[in-house]
Amino acid sequence: MSEEDRVPGASAAAVSTPGGKADRGGGFPVVDRQDFSETTFLLEVSHPQMARAARPGQFVIVMLDNHGERIPLTIADFDREGGTITLVVQAVGKSSREMQARMVPGARLFGLVGPMGIPSEISDARKVICVGGGLGVAPIYPQARAFKEAGAYVIGVVGFRSRELIFWEQKFRDVCDEFVICTDDGSAGIKGLVTQGIEQAIAAHGDIDEVVAIGPPIMMRACAETTRPHGIKTMVSLNPIMVDGTGMCGGCRVRVGGRIRFACVDGPDFDGHEVDFDDLMARLARYRPQEREALDRYDDSCRRLAMAPAGAPSEKA
Amino acid sequence: MPVQDPAARARNFEEVALGFDRENALLECERCLMCPQPACVEGCPVNIDIPGFIAKMIGKDFEGAWNHLTDSTLLPAVCGRVCPQEEQCEGVCPVGDRLEPVAIGRLERWLGDQAIANGWRKTSHIEPVPFRVGIVGSGPASMACAADLAKAGCKVTIYEALHAPGGVLRYGIPEFRLPNSVVDAEIANLEALGVEIQCNTLVGRLFTVEQMLGEMDFDAVFIGAGAGTPRFMDIPGENLNGVLSANELLTRCNLMHAGDFPSYDTPLGLGKRVAVIGAGNTAMDAMRVSLRLGAEQVHCVYRRTEVECPARKEELHHAQEEGIQFHWLTTPVELLGDAENNVRTIRCQRMELGEPDESGRRRPVPVEGSEFDFEADTVVYAIGTSPNPILGQTSKLRLNKWGYIDTDATLATSLAGVYAGGDIVTGAATVILAMGAGRKAAASIRSYLGIRDSAVVYAPDRVGFDNSLFGIELAEKNFTHVQLV
Repeated sequence: MSEEDRVPGASAAAVSTPGGKADRGGGFPVVDRQDFSETTFLLEVSHPQMARAARPGQFVIVMLDNHGERIPLTIADFDREGGTITLVVQAVGKSSREMQARMVPGARLFGLVGPMGIPSEISDARKVICVGGGLGVAPIYPQARAFKEAGAYVIGVVGFRSRELIFWEQKFRDVCDEFVICTDDGSAGIKGLVTQGIEQAIAAHGDIDEVVAIGPPIMMRACAETTRPHGIKTMVSLNPIMVDGTGMCGGCRVRVGGRIRFACVDGPDFDGHEVDFDDLMARLARYRPQEREALDRYDDSCRRLAMAPAGAPSEKA
Repeated sequence: MPVQDPAARARNFEEVALGFDRENALLECERCLMCPQPACVEGCPVNIDIPGFIAKMIGKDFEGAWNHLTDSTLLPAVCGRVCPQEEQCEGVCPVGDRLEPVAIGRLERWLGDQAIANGWRKTSHIEPVPFRVGIVGSGPASMACAADLAKAGCKVTIYEALHAPGGVLRYGIPEFRLPNSVVDAEIANLEALGVEIQCNTLVGRLFTVEQMLGEMDFDAVFIGAGAGTPRFMDIPGENLNGVLSANELLTRCNLMHAGDFPSYDTPLGLGKRVAVIGAGNTAMDAMRVSLRLGAEQVHCVYRRTEVECPARKEELHHAQEEGIQFHWLTTPVELLGDAENNVRTIRCQRMELGEPDESGRRRPVPVEGSEFDFEADTVVYAIGTSPNPILGQTSKLRLNKWGYIDTDATLATSLAGVYAGGDIVTGAATVILAMGAGRKAAASIRSYLGIRDSAVVYAPDRVGFDNSLFGIELAEKNFTHVQLV
């Protein structure tokens, strides 16, 4: 694939693997897409075998094309009959922005491997709070559903910036006994953070057995700190920087209970009260300068493409 | 063999060893004594008939020599480059008693490269047998096993978790020691034998080993899942940014092309002063890659001395020539960072050698009060691996006390029909040992499946008159089931 092919909007058609033979496995077709906001979108990708194998809490690694990064994404949902898995992506960096531009129905992901990681333990807790914030709203859904199916009383607490960004409300209501929306601006539900929703639920129910929280590290830390004084078991799902995702590189190492664990093979779920979130957040910042550089170059190439006369040959990215 | 000038090669990814030309290859062949009981064949983990292929080279039958060579090894262009020949075939070569031993590895490499350049293929008929074999991983153990089973007529499918096949040959060994084009060519040979390779498939999680034998209907399974999780030392500061495993550095560079960031999306973020902990072959690769990616200084920190250094002598020598600074009898005790959580300093302690330990090497003992600091903005751990846990987590395979897959002498695991070999059984070893294990497992699988003639298929020719047996070309015999009734 030449540099010229790599301009945004170009189709993800036939690419060759470094192995030489074109298209081993043929890529993974995107069958549906929904845009929740300017930056958040959902992809449904056809992979019948993975749809059968996936369980709540697991993740995949995707590659957009053969120049791409390997990006870990939590599996937001799976449809065993339809043979698809659902991914929710936030377009914040170069790779995810490029995904947003190119991954429309009919396009193909170059690489998709999974399900990876140890599935979440759907414990025999009788009453659980499932908390989702930001990108974590989608992957908390299959957990809530699994707890419901296991007979638990499920309280869903999800956080959004404002009313317009809310998605899957009905899906959640169908599997939750109680459902609490928190918004930053108060345009829907509680005005405030998911931790307020958790506080409220704990106050209303004296017998919460477990809290499961998925979202940005800062939110998961806040959730863990909220439940710590109550001594309620709190599981969080970590998504550090990874390369292979199979335990080989050690890039995803996290400090849990004073020990080094690899999120890809020992996790991604860990006891939130044991996780060293400062360490996790510092390590997530590892490539910030390079991420900035890649994004600037990408934005620049988008601008030049937008200004180029229609039909003109595109410049090198 | 000619090599690139150290100063020039330390800044490029071209191959270090330039290889023989035809004339020098032929001259080298003349040095072989054609021993009647060749020690080199015994010294080779896959028992290549070395005098046999050299004899054909002397007769200028190069394709014949390659055919003979590849009866035993699938990957001559790879093994000619990365095998530790000095401990194997060349180490026992009697010419080496007085002179340099015959450069068997370089001859092997030359033949392998000729085959790639000239498109030599084995075209013999393979008679199918009604068996399907699934293989986990696509590294050297799996490739060797797949080739032998495909030649025996089995339908072979390889599952690779990464997006490109080759295992350690792809993500681990750098371009200047083993070009990716060579790996591609060897994989194309495998596919020409009818082996199917499916990438992006994590066995254990997408489906289990038990499912392969059950609903997926494989008659046998070989596990060559390879390298484990990288080890760290559990000293303060290891989670600072800029501290990474050699596996991560090499994977980013070799598999993901991080050296070409931002035209490839994977960043590397290598600093200017790199310290690599450990002195094995992986450490040498990590150091020499760092140098080529623009590090100004590269330091090797090793707790024993040069004598105990586990890397191949040739690799150590190359690294020294290229300007790597070696700190023998030194061990890190702490890594110190800056306010942004980046590693800045490595605090070390001097060691001295004490009594021999269980490995027979003298145990390094810390020297009290000998701590000293030096600056490093990248610290790379190359101190070995622990077993990968995925197959243990997802199957009933019995593991040994160290967590590797437990096998018997035939490489059979605790699950009937499932065999394993390579690093997932032995811990980190070499490409050729993995290949040897792959071939051994293939032989066991052939007998498990009741495929006949498994013993004669690859036996080096000791019979021959005019290259045929009962009028059947030997090259053909090596691929088909000869009915000797």
